[in-house]
Amino acid sequence: MAAIPHRVGLFVTCLVDLFRPAVGFAAVKLLEEAGCTVEVPALQTCCGQPAYNGGDRADAKAIARQVIAAFAGFDYVVVPSGSCGGMIKIHYPALFADEPALAEEAKALAARTYELVSFLTDVLNLTQVAASYSGTATYHDACSGLRELNVKAQPRRLLASVVGLALKEMATPEVCCGFGGTFCVKYPEISDKMVADKVADIAATGADTLLCGDMGCLLNMAGKLSRLGKPVRVRHVAEILADMTDAVPPLGVAAPAPRKDER
Amino acid sequence: MQATSHAFKANAHRALGNPDLQRAMGMMRTGFPAHRAKAIARLPEFDALRDDGIAIKNHVLANLDFYLETFEKNVIAQGGEVHWCRNAAEARETVLAICRAHDAKTVTKGKSMIGEEIAINDFLEANAITPVETDLGEYIVQIRHETPSHIIAPAVHLVKEQVAESFRDAHKDLPRERALEEPRVLCDEARAVLREKFLAADVGITGANFLVAETGSSIIVTNEGNGDLTQTLPKCHIVLASLEKIVPTLEDASTLLRLLARSATGQEFSTYTTVSTGPRRAGDSDGPEAYHVVLLDNGRTALLGGEFQDMLRCIRCAACLNHCPVYAAIGGHAYGWVYSGPMGAVLTPTLIGIEEAGNLPNASTFCGRCESVCPMRIPLPKMMRQWREREFSKHLAPKAQRWGLALWAFLVQRPALYRLASNAASRALAYFGGARGRFRSLPLASGWTDMRDMPAPQGKSFMTLWAERRGRAERSMTPP
Repeated sequence: MAAIPHRVGLFVTCLVDLFRPAVGFAAVKLLEEAGCTVEVPALQTCCGQPAYNGGDRADAKAIARQVIAAFAGFDYVVVPSGSCGGMIKIHYPALFADEPALAEEAKALAARTYELVSFLTDVLNLTQVAASYSGTATYHDACSGLRELNVKAQPRRLLASVVGLALKEMATPEVCCGFGGTFCVKYPEISDKMVADKVADIAATGADTLLCGDMGCLLNMAGKLSRLGKPVRVRHVAEILADMTDAVPPLGVAAPAPRKDER
Repeated sequence: MQATSHAFKANAHRALGNPDLQRAMGMMRTGFPAHRAKAIARLPEFDALRDDGIAIKNHVLANLDFYLETFEKNVIAQGGEVHWCRNAAEARETVLAICRAHDAKTVTKGKSMIGEEIAINDFLEANAITPVETDLGEYIVQIRHETPSHIIAPAVHLVKEQVAESFRDAHKDLPRERALEEPRVLCDEARAVLREKFLAADVGITGANFLVAETGSSIIVTNEGNGDLTQTLPKCHIVLASLEKIVPTLEDASTLLRLLARSATGQEFSTYTTVSTGPRRAGDSDGPEAYHVVLLDNGRTALLGGEFQDMLRCIRCAACLNHCPVYAAIGGHAYGWVYSGPMGAVLTPTLIGIEEAGNLPNASTFCGRCESVCPMRIPLPKMMRQWREREFSKHLAPKAQRWGLALWAFLVQRPALYRLASNAASRALAYFGGARGRFRSLPLASGWTDMRDMPAPQGKSFMTLWAERRGRAERSMTPP
């Protein structure tokens, strides 16, 4: 390990910020335990993907400039999402292809930016975690992480070290779940068919837990599983790796009401 | 063909409610990707071959005029003719004139997507010439008065029971007791009927997978041999091809053929690869007396040098359709025009306009599977995004969508205000949804909650909790 700890800026992502702070804290714990110092720049909001994929290049650029400024000076920028990570790492440089000065800054940020699990394994060379979980999980490869950032073996390698956890692959872990950002509300019927197929694939494994590295996909699949009454526990992979599953119930499950004597 | 791409959502709705279609798509969803994966696993140099293929196509596109003129010179040298057509109407008139010159009553046809693009069948029928599709899938679609739903598997949207029913309707002399449910029997029935048509045809029309500049040849690949009978038996062979089908040499064509079959059906090579060079020569045992190439532009040269040029590398293998989860959900007809799936989502707006086809590049999750399997590495998601940018600048998206995006963009560029709004939202959602952990319905989010629950947020946002934790840490470090 380096004598001077890596100074890591955490890009929380808007969905983790809004829906699932536990994922942010799990990321902080994993990074700190691996010897990094973690900071969370206050001027971050969103990576700009909705604007970028909605054809609004001007706003996407403005948001990207804000992220580039907020994360200047860190050794690394770590994102608990392949989708937002891919936006910064792959699409920011493309976005500024016509503005050479900013393109350089975007490339510099891209070179320092990693998806969380990829950072832990590919950069910090982490091979195992100190965590336990009782259950059989199936892992969905979220599209951007898989195809833009080559996140495939890394989460499985770390999950293999979780005590008590068995992994069972679904038939088509690499097929999109139908979330697609605004796609799921622009084309709800098609999205529903895709997530219904995905959920059937998940259910066919018999796994009691679904894991994935992206909040958008997780919300989509958790929402469909609970609508269909399938009792699968849905969690972001970081919650398991950080051994923080006691801190928060699975997605879509109510926190147990505090007992009177605990108040 | 009258485009219904503007009605994409309604088309998709019908497709999702069609049990036969869903059964058929369920089968293709697993079949094609498995075959392709196996074929590519057997060829370790596949990626290197892709790079070679891309280099060939890029070189051709940079020198298109040279290779097209070389091609024409060599076709003429072999005794054939090339007809340059700027648009679909010119191509249709050219085909009709050639058919009339041969006094054609019946025309057999091999599979051709350019034939679909210029709607040649309807045009010939309107001019008292009977076109007969000879590819089994195309024949099925023709007797059902449909259009192909897939660029290489035209009847992939059908199950075999539907095909049997259509055969009974079209072949009136079939005895009722004859079983038609087995694919082999259907094949034999089509074969018996088509054999007569092959012998009677005056003109044979085929497409072209490649046009070879150095020899003036056209190449088709088929798995049924129907293409050979279509082009060798009649007096006249007409090749319909768009101009980006050109390659410099036979060697180049063979590189691309190795990519094509593996990407398309997972075969190492198609069953028949047929090279046609000019009409029958003295001493040839068979072949047509006349050989015509109808070379179609139809807006393609306008793509050269622009942001959609890479689309002209497409070799029509359909790997992008076969791996697209949206295509698998709704089938090809929902796209509302000739080309479907990811390649259609990019190409169709260039051919019929973004105003008509605006839904197509939007109906994608950008999952990227199409680009990952494309033998020509065409950046399909990137080009769909380019279409969205054009739509955005023309204000073509629905108002609610544009205003929602504008409000959101306003907020995310003002972190303090965004924090207030997101905190309020997450706490309100947690308050109302916390007891169950999820929502079954939410105002303004029916697009989501009609289909699935919305998991409730934990409560305070991460940024708030983080600030609290920092505050506590600093207080505990302050000496009393």
